[in-house]
Amino acid sequence: MENWSLFSLCVLLGLTSRWAVSFHSYSGAGKPPMFGDYEAQRHWQEVTYNLPVHEWYFNTTNNDLNYWGLDYPPLTAYHSLVCAYVAKLLNPEWVELHASRGYESHSHKLFMRATVLFTDILIYIPAVLLYCFYFCDGSSKQKVATALCILLYPGLILIDYGHFQYNSVSLGLALWGILGLGLGWDLFGSLAFTLALNYKQMELYHSLPFFCYLLGKCIKQGLIGRGFFQLAKISLTVLVTFALCWMPFLSDPKQPLQVLHRLFPFGRGLFEDKVANTWCSLNVLIKIKTLLSRETQLFLSFALTLLFILPSSLKLLSKPNLWQFKLALVNSSLAFFLFSFQVHEKSILLAALPVCLVINEIPLIAIWFLLTSTFSMLPLLVKDGLLLPYVVTSLAFLFLSLYLLSALERSTEEELRLGLYRKLTRHWLPKLNLSRIIKWKFWFSLVAMAALSFTSVWLEPPAKFPDLFPVLVSILSFLHFLGFIIYFNLVQLMEPQRKKSQKKTN
Amino acid sequence: TVMAAPMTNDQSWFYALALGVSFLKCLLINAYHSTDFEVHRNWLALTHSLPVSQWYYEATSEWTLDYPPLFAWFEYGLSHIACFFDKEMLVVPNLNYASPATVLFQRLSVIVADVVFFYAVKECCKCLREDKGKDLLGKPSFILTVLLLWNFGLLIVDHIHFQYNGFLFGVLLLSIARHCQNRHFEGAFLFSVLLNLKHIYLYIAPAYGIYLLRCFCFTQSNADGSLQWRSFSVVRLVILGTIVLSTFAVSFGPFIALGQLPQVLSRLFPFKRGLCHAYWAPNIWALYNIADKAFSILARGFLRCLVICALGSFMFGWHVHEKAIMMAILPLSLLAVDSRKDAGIFLMLSVTSHYSLFPLLFTTQELPIKIFLMLLFTIFSLASLKTLFRKGGALLNPLEVTYLLGLIPLELICEFVYPLTVWQKTFPFLPLMLTSVYCALGVTYAFIRLYISLLTCSDTTKKTKMQ
Repeated sequence: MENWSLFSLCVLLGLTSRWAVSFHSYSGAGKPPMFGDYEAQRHWQEVTYNLPVHEWYFNTTNNDLNYWGLDYPPLTAYHSLVCAYVAKLLNPEWVELHASRGYESHSHKLFMRATVLFTDILIYIPAVLLYCFYFCDGSSKQKVATALCILLYPGLILIDYGHFQYNSVSLGLALWGILGLGLGWDLFGSLAFTLALNYKQMELYHSLPFFCYLLGKCIKQGLIGRGFFQLAKISLTVLVTFALCWMPFLSDPKQPLQVLHRLFPFGRGLFEDKVANTWCSLNVLIKIKTLLSRETQLFLSFALTLLFILPSSLKLLSKPNLWQFKLALVNSSLAFFLFSFQVHEKSILLAALPVCLVINEIPLIAIWFLLTSTFSMLPLLVKDGLLLPYVVTSLAFLFLSLYLLSALERSTEEELRLGLYRKLTRHWLPKLNLSRIIKWKFWFSLVAMAALSFTSVWLEPPAKFPDLFPVLVSILSFLHFLGFIIYFNLVQLMEPQRKKSQKKTN
Repeated sequence: TVMAAPMTNDQSWFYALALGVSFLKCLLINAYHSTDFEVHRNWLALTHSLPVSQWYYEATSEWTLDYPPLFAWFEYGLSHIACFFDKEMLVVPNLNYASPATVLFQRLSVIVADVVFFYAVKECCKCLREDKGKDLLGKPSFILTVLLLWNFGLLIVDHIHFQYNGFLFGVLLLSIARHCQNRHFEGAFLFSVLLNLKHIYLYIAPAYGIYLLRCFCFTQSNADGSLQWRSFSVVRLVILGTIVLSTFAVSFGPFIALGQLPQVLSRLFPFKRGLCHAYWAPNIWALYNIADKAFSILARGFLRCLVICALGSFMFGWHVHEKAIMMAILPLSLLAVDSRKDAGIFLMLSVTSHYSLFPLLFTTQELPIKIFLMLLFTIFSLASLKTLFRKGGALLNPLEVTYLLGLIPLELICEFVYPLTVWQKTFPFLPLMLTSVYCALGVTYAFIRLYISLLTCSDTTKKTKMQ
């Protein structure tokens, strides 16, 4: 069968599963007075449409920041504005100032879901297809299989089309950035990534790898001469993009400060709710939230994050190729997720995206990570009434990706890049079959996740520990993520000279 | 090491396809469902709560039991599992009861019942000629599996609109497969069971009857394919008759014993007198023309005859549902992976009739689903059949391509443009009429071509050896 038909089948399957998930409930459905992320997005349409730009991020009589105040950068606001214009055409009641608070109707839900689908088709899906087409090894069937697996990643589908968010925009733009860099179009890549950054500030998790990759490339081209020139062009692109995005806010010095204040709410504490990172998990044993002062927490978080991202970034700086870049993205976003301040469970998607990009090279580990990332969001999904799509999409992803990518067959020690682990165990346990151990761990972990998912839903937690199951989910996921960050760091740092070079890297 | 997609000799791809489509069906659990959902809930309730003698008399709900007894027993069996989901659905007065547990149970029952369909498809694949050298995506069995397992019509009608066609067509395809495998007694038995599950399959009963008579009861033929009268086997006829009659006896027996046969028949065939003729006339007419050619039918001809009976009844029968077109499409898929001409006819018929199912899902929420799935199936069937028959020119001539492409503006007008115009209020039926008329052209065209191919192919088979 021809390429175009295979790719279109793949896209159609991805689109069908997305839209089918959208039939289910969304965050905060029918839960006044605050509702959830869905209402937040609707509210932003209301605010951006009815109020002048200089009021968007400020607390005024018309704009109550305590009720889902804007806390994403300006591009999100502009996106909401465009959606609001369409909403106004279809039904003005949807964006009526004040009066539309908590508005819920079937047609409105269809409209909101359609906006997600629209941006997905425009930004994320083409990026995935192009990535697989240009950067996947193997036959065209292999490329299509990879594209399908990436498109069927449950975490993104459930959050965007279930819970309701626009992660496909920021992740899609970041992916365009990666594509640009991979194809050698540095300016385009920087532009795309800057736009991603201006859409969601969480993209900062990816910023260091982007910076190190570009800097490393420029250094390789010679810091005096072409390299310097390139660096200047990139910096200019980034600055101009920032300026354009923030233009309406640059008239008054108070504006950008207020926006930054909304984007980085250090006042909100080390973590909120249950999230599978170090601080939340540590808090179970030692109440660090109350024990340590705010400054100490900040310092500790900063220090540990830095500790984990520095080696990876330095390695990338010295060896700026696509493979290192992808791994650095994984390591950086995982480090931020595990150790940073005010992390939300949805931020795991930032790590999931680069892992999707290595799914073809290390399928088993990538699939394992992607399933864990979806599992880590289980409490959120159950709260939103998304249990059925969670189960179906996770199982579908598990079976289809294991089958299409032959993940279990491609799990020799070399393919799993267990070189360092082999070196460590060679002295004490030379006969250890690491590959089989990994596979056993994989299955065992899946069983544990399935069991915990089942008990979370069917059993009542004991009265003394009402949060028992979310905490258990967080801790189990945290332990997995810790293992993954060590693994991915080792793979990146111990990378020997690869026999097969990536085609379009520089 | 370069790793290509798995191309082993094992059947793992079959299970991957089956599992994949089952997951898709699970995602559609919360989609729109039609009144057929309530129909089956009502039947669950009445078979569970009432004694057998009341089944065909119960009329609390407007959706009275109008399928043959074996299906009622099927619902009875399901109702015992339904207790574990939500007992309230089994209460007859609970009209239009649709709790989440009820929806989950009913949807899952359709999905699980499809296992019969999966098995039947697997058996049908065994009847195909296989080319060992081909890669996976070009294998006829792979293509047929996708065309059947991922059939757009079945997905839309069974898993959104809500029916049990997958299960029923599974029995039909299994019966066809058994005939292909020369296990005729099983095939006849399965078809009798099918008739007792849903009597709409009476449409194709004549094809079965004639085929079994001709190919099975006459054990030998002359060299030129014509009948050898002396090879008529009374034994076989008697055994066949016994199988069929005993199946009917098991199914209708209890009701005959209770003296309820007229009531049951009146439920199954809700006609006033006089319409019976309209119901059967086109079938008889179609068969008359086939009859004299029928005495040199091959197994492939049997399938062809079956498709034509189904299609003829669809075209000329009374009170036909658009869903009945699937009775023609599914067997035609078997022919399509085998012959170029049939592939062309299949493409015409399947695209047209799948489009004609669009009005079944009229909700806005399901609009993207039906478009995506339609495109999925159409692109796959076009691309795979084109690759399968790449030697010998295009499968569709330019006129046919134009006709099929015309479906796109038709869809845009009917579902996007027309509702925004002033005529929507005064002539709301216009888009439906346009759809019906346009699709009728395609279906009629396919019917005529099939008919001609049957008449011409039976000429050529006279020259080849039979069986």
